[in-house]
Order: sequence, then C-alpha cells, then structure tokens
Amino acid sequence: MNIEIPDFALVVLIGSTGSGKSTFAAKHFLPTEVISSDHCRALVADDETDQSVSADAFDIVREIAGRRLKHRRLAVVDATNVRTADRKGWIELARKWHALPVAIVFDPGIDICIERNRSRPERAFGGPVVQRMVSEIRRGLGGLQREGFRQVWKLDSVERIEAATVARQPLWTDKRHDAGPFDIIGDVHGCAGELQALLAKLGYQVTWHDEEGRRAVTVTPPAGRKLVFVGDLVDRGPQSPDVLRIVMHMVAAGSAYAVQGNHDRKFGRWLAGRKVTIAHGLQATIDQLASEDRGFCDALPGFLDGLRSHVWLDGGRLAVAHAGLKEEMIGRGSGAVREFALYGETTGEIDEFGLPVRADWAANYRGPTAVVHGHTPVLNAEWINNTLCLDTGCVFGGRLTALRWPERELVEVEAERVWCEPVRPLTARAGTVSAQAEADQLLDIADVSGRRWIDTTLKGRVVVAEENAAAALEVMSRFALAPQWLVYLPPTMSPSETSAREGWLERPEEAFAHFRARNVAEVVCEEKHMGSRAVIALCSSADVAKARFGIAGDESGAIWTRTGRAFFNDPTMTEALLARLRGAVERAGLWQELQSDWLLLDAEIMPWSAKAGSLIESQYAPVAASSVVGLDAAADALARAAARGLDVAALGDHVRERVTRARRYGQAWAPYVWPVSSIDDLEVAPFHLLASEGRVWFDHDHVWHMTLADRLAAADPVIARTQWRTVTLADDTAVNDAIGWWEQLTAGGGEGMVVKPKGFVARGPKGLIQPALKVRGSEYLRIIYGPEYDAPEHLARLRPRKLEGKRKLALSEFALGHEALTRFVAREPLRRVHECVFAVLALESEPIDPRL
Amino acid sequence: MFLSIATTHQPATDLGFLLNKHPDRLHELELTYGKALIVYPEASESRCEAALVLDVDPIGLVRGKGQSDGLLDQYVNDRPYAASSFLSVALNKAFRTAMNGVSSSRQELADSAIPLEAVVTPLPLRGGEAVLRQLFEPLGWEVEVAAVAGPQGDPTSRYVRLTLRGTARLSALLNHLYVLIPVMDDAKHYWVGDEEIDKLLKRGEGWLDAHPAKELIVRRYLRHRGVLARAALARLAPETQDEALDPDARSETEETLETPIRLNDLRLSAVVEALRASGARTIADLGCGEGKLLQLLVRERFAERLIGLDPAARELERAAKRLKLGALGGPPEGRVTLLHGSLTYRDARWAEADAAALVEVIEHLDPDRLPLVERVVFGAAHPRAVIVTTPNADYNALFPSLPAGQFRHRDHRFEWTRAEFAGWATHICTAFNYQVAVSGIGHHDETLGAPTQMAVFTR
Repeated sequence: MNIEIPDFALVVLIGSTGSGKSTFAAKHFLPTEVISSDHCRALVADDETDQSVSADAFDIVREIAGRRLKHRRLAVVDATNVRTADRKGWIELARKWHALPVAIVFDPGIDICIERNRSRPERAFGGPVVQRMVSEIRRGLGGLQREGFRQVWKLDSVERIEAATVARQPLWTDKRHDAGPFDIIGDVHGCAGELQALLAKLGYQVTWHDEEGRRAVTVTPPAGRKLVFVGDLVDRGPQSPDVLRIVMHMVAAGSAYAVQGNHDRKFGRWLAGRKVTIAHGLQATIDQLASEDRGFCDALPGFLDGLRSHVWLDGGRLAVAHAGLKEEMIGRGSGAVREFALYGETTGEIDEFGLPVRADWAANYRGPTAVVHGHTPVLNAEWINNTLCLDTGCVFGGRLTALRWPERELVEVEAERVWCEPVRPLTARAGTVSAQAEADQLLDIADVSGRRWIDTTLKGRVVVAEENAAAALEVMSRFALAPQWLVYLPPTMSPSETSAREGWLERPEEAFAHFRARNVAEVVCEEKHMGSRAVIALCSSADVAKARFGIAGDESGAIWTRTGRAFFNDPTMTEALLARLRGAVERAGLWQELQSDWLLLDAEIMPWSAKAGSLIESQYAPVAASSVVGLDAAADALARAAARGLDVAALGDHVRERVTRARRYGQAWAPYVWPVSSIDDLEVAPFHLLASEGRVWFDHDHVWHMTLADRLAAADPVIARTQWRTVTLADDTAVNDAIGWWEQLTAGGGEGMVVKPKGFVARGPKGLIQPALKVRGSEYLRIIYGPEYDAPEHLARLRPRKLEGKRKLALSEFALGHEALTRFVAREPLRRVHECVFAVLALESEPIDPRL
Repeated sequence: MFLSIATTHQPATDLGFLLNKHPDRLHELELTYGKALIVYPEASESRCEAALVLDVDPIGLVRGKGQSDGLLDQYVNDRPYAASSFLSVALNKAFRTAMNGVSSSRQELADSAIPLEAVVTPLPLRGGEAVLRQLFEPLGWEVEVAAVAGPQGDPTSRYVRLTLRGTARLSALLNHLYVLIPVMDDAKHYWVGDEEIDKLLKRGEGWLDAHPAKELIVRRYLRHRGVLARAALARLAPETQDEALDPDARSETEETLETPIRLNDLRLSAVVEALRASGARTIADLGCGEGKLLQLLVRERFAERLIGLDPAARELERAAKRLKLGALGGPPEGRVTLLHGSLTYRDARWAEADAAALVEVIEHLDPDRLPLVERVVFGAAHPRAVIVTTPNADYNALFPSLPAGQFRHRDHRFEWTRAEFAGWATHICTAFNYQVAVSGIGHHDETLGAPTQMAVFTR
C-alpha cells in the first residue's frame, strides 16, 4: 500500500504495544519528525515504561508536536492512541495549527503483538493488556473519520506493514513551485463584458465559438502568463454563465487558478439541492442558468466544488484567497482556513445596513507573504500591510481590477453600468489619508517589545535586547513625537582614537589614521557646529504632510531631537522655522530638482543654549561657579598662610593653576550661548539630505550633500554655512592643512570637526566602517570632561577610553536609520519603519560613557 | 570645597590643641575620594583660624573604584567642588576627637563655650536662604550669607558662602556642620552607605531632637537613601531622572494642592464604585502607576482579574511591592497581572478586559497622541466600560497657591475645562459607539464644579 499523505500533517499512529509502530516510523519518517510517548516518558523519568508519568510525558509530546506544526513541519505521534479519548487531543492540536490529521492504524494480529512483547523483557505487558488494546482499536476503527481524521490508513498484517510505502504530497493549495507570472482578477460577479475588456487589456485573446451547438470559449494568454481569480464569479451581474465558461475553460487548460468565493459556494450548494436562502443576487444566476445547455449545467457542481480555498504561489511570496487569510493559515488546511478564506472575519456585530461588521484582519497582518483577495468592495485597490483587496465593486458600477504579479501593477476597466445597487454605499475614505496610513494609526506593542531582531540592508541582523526595548518604551510613548513623523533617528557618533600627543585627548591625526587603515582614500572634513542635533521633515504644504506622513494634525513638517522629542516646545516656532526653510528649498529649486514635495534633513540647530539652556544652568554653570569659589577660598587661605611664614608656596601655585582651569571652564561654552527671541536668532546647519520622495540619498557622497547644504545656506540667512573640505589621505600637505584648519577652528572657540569617508556608506576590508568620527577641540572637551581634565595627572587617567562599544552602536544605529528611511521611502507599513526607529532609541539606552 | 573654623578666645592658638592639629604645620590626609589639607592661614594670640581644603579627585569620582553608580556619575557635575557629605566625612576623619568633645590637653576648654566663627563655601542652597536660616539659627548661630558669582559674573542662587558666628563648644559647631552641610546640599550621597547615614544621625545626638526643623533634616537624609535611578532611562529622559531622585517631590505640587480634601482617595473610591456598577469582572487599570487603584480593587470580590499597565518599569516594581505580588499574603497567582506597556500601542495582553480605568492619565499625554490612545482603548480593545478621570481646569481658580494658567503637575500636557471634557466625551461616543455619564469628584463648587471630572463610558 502506498500511503499518500500531505507534506504538512499531524500523523497519528494507532496500534497496541508490539504492533510495530516505532519500527515503521523509523523507516518512513525522520527521527526528528517522530515524537514517541515512550521516549518522552524516559525524558521525564528515565524509564520508557513508567506509566505513572504518562500524563507529563504526553504533555511533552503535545508541546513538541504543537511547536513543529506551528512552524509548518510534519509531526508523527508515536503512541498507542487506543481510545477515542486518547485521540481527541491530537485532532484538536491539528485543528489549532490548521494541519490535516492523518491516522495510520497497525493491526498485525494479537498473537504477533504478544509474541513481540515477550521478547522485550522490559515490557511487562501481558496477553490481557494487548488483547484489550487491540479490541479497543478495532472497535474504534469505523469512527476514526468521524472523530476528525481526514485520512485513515489501515495496515492489518505484518506483510502489509512491511510492504507499505509513504509518499508525501504537497497540499492542494500549495502551488509554490508555480512562479507565474500571474494576472489576478478581482470579484467578477457575472460581469462578463467587463471581464473580457480587462482580459483584452491584459493581452489575453478571448474567442467564442460554437461547439456541437454549445457555446464555447477559448482564451489564449500572453506567453507564460496565468490568471488567478479571487472568487465570486457569479451572482448579481448580467452573465454569470459566460464568466463561468471562461474560468472553467482556463482552469481546465491549466492557464488559470480560481479560489472559491462565498457566492460560488452558495451557488454550488443550491445546484446540489441544498436548502439555501436565495438572496444577494443568487436569483439572477439561477434565472440566467435556465436557458443554458445541459452539458454546461452538469459540469458546474463538480467545478464549483473543486475550487480551492486559497492558492499559495510563487515560492511562497503570494497567496490568493477570496476574503483574505491570516498569516498562520497560509498553505495550511482546516475547516477554519476554508471558512476564513470564504467569509473573512467578522466581529459578530451587524451594521446599520444589516450586514456583518468585518474585523480588520488586514490591519493586523504581519506576514511576509503578500495576500491578494476580494470579497469586500472598496473604492480603490490599495496595499495595506502587504495585503491587497481587488474587489473594486464592478457589479456595483465601480471597476474590475487586476493585479499583475510580480510587477505589482494594477490594471482596471470601468464598469459598463451599475448592474446592481449596493446595499452599503461605496464611500471614499475620509480625507486624503491612504489606506495604509489608516491601518497604521495603530501600532502594536508586539511590534516593538521584547528581544527584537531587525534585518538591515547595510549590516544584516541587528539585535535589540529586551531591557533596551523596555527602556525605550516609556520615552517613545511619553516624550517622543507621533510615530508618523518619526521616520528617522540619527546614529550616535564615536570620537577618534585618543591622541598620543602630550596634553591632548583628541586630535585629527587619529581620525585620519583610522580611515587610512581601512583603505579610505578620501575623507570629507566638516566643521562641527555646537548646537543641538535636529532631524527636519519639511513638506511643501500641510496637505502633503497629511498625505505622505499620515499625520493627524495640520503641521507642515516636524523638527525633532536625537531622542525623538519635538525640538521646540512651541509649535508656532516649529512652523515659523519650517516656513523659512521651505522658502530656502523653493529658492534653491530643490522641489523640482528632487522631484519631491517633501524632504528629510539632518542638521544642527544653534545656539546650543536654545535646547540645552536648562542643562547649562543645572549642570555646567554650577560646576563653573562652585569650582572657582572653592578654589579661590583655598588660594586665599594658602596666601595668608604663606604670608605668615608657612612653607606652602608650591601648594599655592598648584591651587592657582586649578583656579585658572576652573575659570576657563566657565568661559568654554560662551561661544555657544546666545539669547533667542525669534527665528532670526537661530541658525540651522543642514549636513545631510536624508531622503525625499522615492529616494534615500545615502548613495550620494558627502561632497554632494555639502554642496547641497551650501546652496541652501545661500538661500536664507537662517541657514548657516558649514565649512568643509575634502582631504586625500595620501596627500600629506592636504592632511597637514586640514590639521591646521582644525586647530584654527577650535582655537577660535569651535567645537571641532567631523571626519567622514567621502562615500556615505563606506566599507573596509572588515565590512561597514564608521560613517563619521568626531574630533573635538580641547576647550570643548573641558565642558564634557570637567574643568581640570587637562591637568597632566588627570589626563593620564582619562586617556584609556573604551571606544568599541560606542562604535558598535554607531554602526548598528547607522544601519537601522538607513533601514528606517529605506522602508519609509518604499512606503512600507509604519510599524516596519517604527521598529527601526524604536530600535535606535532602544540602543541609545545602552550604558556607554556619555563623554565619548 | 572649603571650610574654616576660627576663634578669638584667648589664647586663640589653643584651637590647635582642640583640633589636635599644630597651627604651624601643614596637615594632609588621604581619603578614599581625594585629599584633605588643613592649614592655619592665621594663628595669633588674638585670632586663630584653621582651614580645611578638600580636594576631591574629579576623575576618580567618575571612574569610580569599580563601583560606579552608573552614567550619572560619568557626567561632569559639581560633586568634586560643592560642600556636601564629602566634607562631613572629611570633618569626621580630620577632627574626630574634637567632634567627640575630647581634648587630651585642654579638656576644660573643650567643655566650654567659646567665640567661634566658621566659613563654608560653596554651600549648596537647596530650598533657599530661608532653609539655611531655619537650620542654623535655632542652634544659636548668627548666620551670614554671601552670594557666589556664576561663570559669567552674575550671582548664582545655587551656592552661597556661609559664615556662622556664635559662642558654643567647638564640638557642637563641628557636629552641627557635620549633619547640616549634607542637609543643605540635599543630594545623593556618593560612596556613603547606609551605615554612614546612621553615623550622621548619631552626630545629631543631644540637639537634633529638639530642633524645630528636625523633620526636614531627617526627611532630606532619607530621601536619598536607596534611590537608584535607572541609568539607561536617565540618559534618555532626564525629567524622569528628576522624579526618581525626588520620589516625594514627584507629585508634591499636585498633592499639596489637593491634600486638604484628600482628593486622591475620593477619586479612587469613586472609580471603584463606577467599576462595581459596570458589572465588570476583568479590569484593566491603564496607567496604573504604583498601583493605588489596584490595591483597592484587590480587596473587592467583584474584581476577579486585575491588569495594571504602565510605561514606567520602576512604577510597576513599586506596584508589585505594594500589591505583594508573588509574596506571602499576596493575591493568588494569576489574579493580578502587571504589564509594561503603553497606551499608544495596541496590546492584546489586556484586550480581554471588560472594563478599563484611566485615572488621571490622559492629561499626561501629548494632545496629538490622544487620537491614537482613543483608538487603542475605545477602538481596538473596545471594553464594555471605560472610566476616565482628569482634572477640571475650571476648578484651578480655587487653588490659592496655583498661579493662573499653570497646570497642577509639571508633566500635565493639558488640563480640560468641563466643557472641553464634555466635548471630548461626546466625540468618543460618536466615534466608538459608547454612551457616557460625566460627573465630578470632590468638593463641588456652585460655579466651577468639582476638582476632578469623571466620565463613565459604556456600550
């Protein structure tokens, strides 16, 4: 006997002890596929036959089998499974994971079983036990199908058991090997005219002819293409029979797949003489059928009944089901799968038109497989979370829509007329918000919490630890901007290696050496402004902001800090600055040049005090005041002691030196502080154009970005020019010039510079390298490291700095930021963008020395 | 930091005997966190002054001795420079016998009140000059306060140079300084464990009991014991750090305002009654904070299952402790679940609740997030009953100490008038198919209503 089972199933072996189940299982299944109760007893109690632990052993069998089914793996339960009650749990488990339950019954005869048990001394099962088992199995045999097993295989002799072979078949719905290309057609509902118009538009040739007095059709597809019908071929429309003819012909010819719609199913049940309520356009189909020929009518029941619940296509990338499908149902089979595919999910409530309220499964869909479906008439076919509804209400006077796959193009024809008045009017969604933005309004906690793995294009998989995600949750939900705006957070930036030179902590030589060692030929040095980092989303109008970012308010853009908070507490300030920037972009002609009505800028906004005012007041100023006062008092005491003849001169000098350092500390941030009373007091220094419509600009080098920044700076005085230069690392003169330039910058109170490989995304022999290194001036470092950091005894101890952690973070965050932008630009669901941004914030909670 | 002690008791140089440090020598002592230097700038018959200069190692403080408290310590701060518990520890080390009132050669002098003058600079002025006077004046000191200049020359209100003058035993002065300098500083102690806090209190023997500001003194000590901020969060959200460092100041404003009417108790019991009336069995307290509402609900039989949700992990830790979760005498396993989560994310973990309470929660959300929260609570979870309480802004006029236009709590993003709240409630009813009943909680004013407003949404 050849036992043909689905390649995804829960196989339940049934047979008394000694009937040969385990031997059979070992022969036909992988050791990992077989879960044996004996083995699990041993796992629990070191003894395969210890019946006292059976309950726990079966819990383990169930757990393992369940996990395998969850991952769509075949599982074989090797236990006696004698009684109905023993088997009931397996049926439930199979249903839960939408796997087909298959029974294989072993009955080689009582004597054989007793004999085999006798030869295994550790099995003390006597004759009566085996006898009881076998008779119980035989009694239950007839009811196995009723219990829920979809296949029952009986092996009733030693010979048959030995001769049996096992073959695995893909499920009826599993057409993953078929890569198309496909043209997927929405709900036709008897609109044969529109269907033919659409097929013509798609390049299919439809020829009607007479075949022995019967109306027949031939459809020739364009080379290699196939049709997929999402179901609901019949009812309501004018020519359901012709639609069926086309589909039946094509399915028979192997040039189309059709999945079953609820109308098709009901029509089939009516044909089979079942009692159905004739409503929702079924009468029209019945009437049209009256004048059809007998042969056609006779073929219908078989065709309708044979329609699939769904098809899984193109290597698993595409699934088509009439009313959609949840991720965990794709490529599986169960009553629940069929029900869902036919009717979708309803909340159980009834709306004001008497129609069931549909649960929004698509809004919750998270799967990698694109699900294309119909069933619910919509005004426009729009992708939501990788799902697409193609039912654009043709029969209600809308359109008939097809999706070309893998091209993902929509092809549509207008309805010839309203064939049927809709019960519930088709309405446009409120406002200009897209279906995806509408579905995106809700993010799920499961999308961000716990340990997370995010696949990035630049750096492969980035892992976010659970505790970091937890730390980010509060910040994200209490302090950050709305997630619709927050499509990017900037990565942290590492300083250069600690300078080897006496008296210095950071110098440009080390930054240049870093990149030289990684085969970078050219770098761009940019003046590092001492302000606060800002990401600016600038839209050409509030309408664009609404449409592109899907935000609720009337903002025309947003400006946020590196932790995702609004840069300005006052929204009018944000709008005023955005208006100025918009003007600059306009004058620079960037909207046309970039073919975009929005852009995302990475910038520094000065003065530092605008954002860090309270930090200066609460943290830095107190250090300056307290250090000077205490040391002054000490210097005075020592001076008086010296005056009365004590030998404290050296000590006094030392304290006076410390007073000098403390005074310099108080002056260190003076260049970065000025009062802000209006926009004119601000300076914005953009340095990256991150993204615009359809583009992430990481593929352009920093010379391009800085040239663009220069153009913006020329367009409005609120935009500060950033000094920058390219340096060829092999050119010693250029390198020395750059060092001199840096010294000059920092001596004049500048923070320092940022050194970047010329290419935005740079790779060295060991992969991705730092996108930027900062080299900070010695007075700026005083603010960070404290008043007395450059005293020789202190500097010596500050030198060993652990940079690896910071650099690892910088790379991960860089890759995540790029990923967020890539996904945003590709119009992926918000959660896919948000998870990257959330991850950047989460990584920022890593304990890293904040002075780096 | 700098401390000096002077006397005009004659012969003044006897101060050297009392302090056990010779006036003509330089005394250096090593401390775990730096060095202390004792030098006498003046040592004549008529006046003698001993200066203690404390040189805290700023790098060592940050790098720690392998027991760094975390990120906060890595940032530059005033700890190496401002008078603090470091100074107390140094005092104890340098002048222990004098602090104990013992002198081997001048015991009689040690037991006598003598004219003394002490200078401490820079002394942090947490709470202002009034607190400073409140601390020292009852002990008989004449207090002189001199302003300290900030970095740009402007005077800072943060530190002062304190001069104390009076006639007392030297040991009393030293003990007063020992205890009260850290009280003025009112900051987290560095390298000071619980034991040392006990020592500090021991130094108050004989005078602290009768001190009129005793409560303030003790409270400021205890405030900083065992409060460890979560460093990761601190880095991202400095404002929550303030809250963590300042647990009882956290809601001080709001509670001080509302205390006379014990509004929070009234509010919570009103919510419990509303939940009881809703017939709910599984109740989610959204934004449960430290679990005060849950604590009331645990005692109620109708609340079969309780779920608390909060975005602040440390609030949940407090709630777990308050509710005795997993401890003996706590609720049975599974009855109370605490979830770390946020109202801005849909969350299947509490979707089964048939009633949700948002007690003083919505006003902590930015208005542009409110639509999201509405969709999560009223749309996605769609419980049979939702109870929302929020301050009534109309009533704020009746809080005498609250300036007009200011919110009751600094984290409030908005406070609604009764009309605004009613408008929002109507919008919820239309958008999500609920009925609502709005009422007031607390003292009812004829024209301005009650301090808290409550909406009970049902469907």
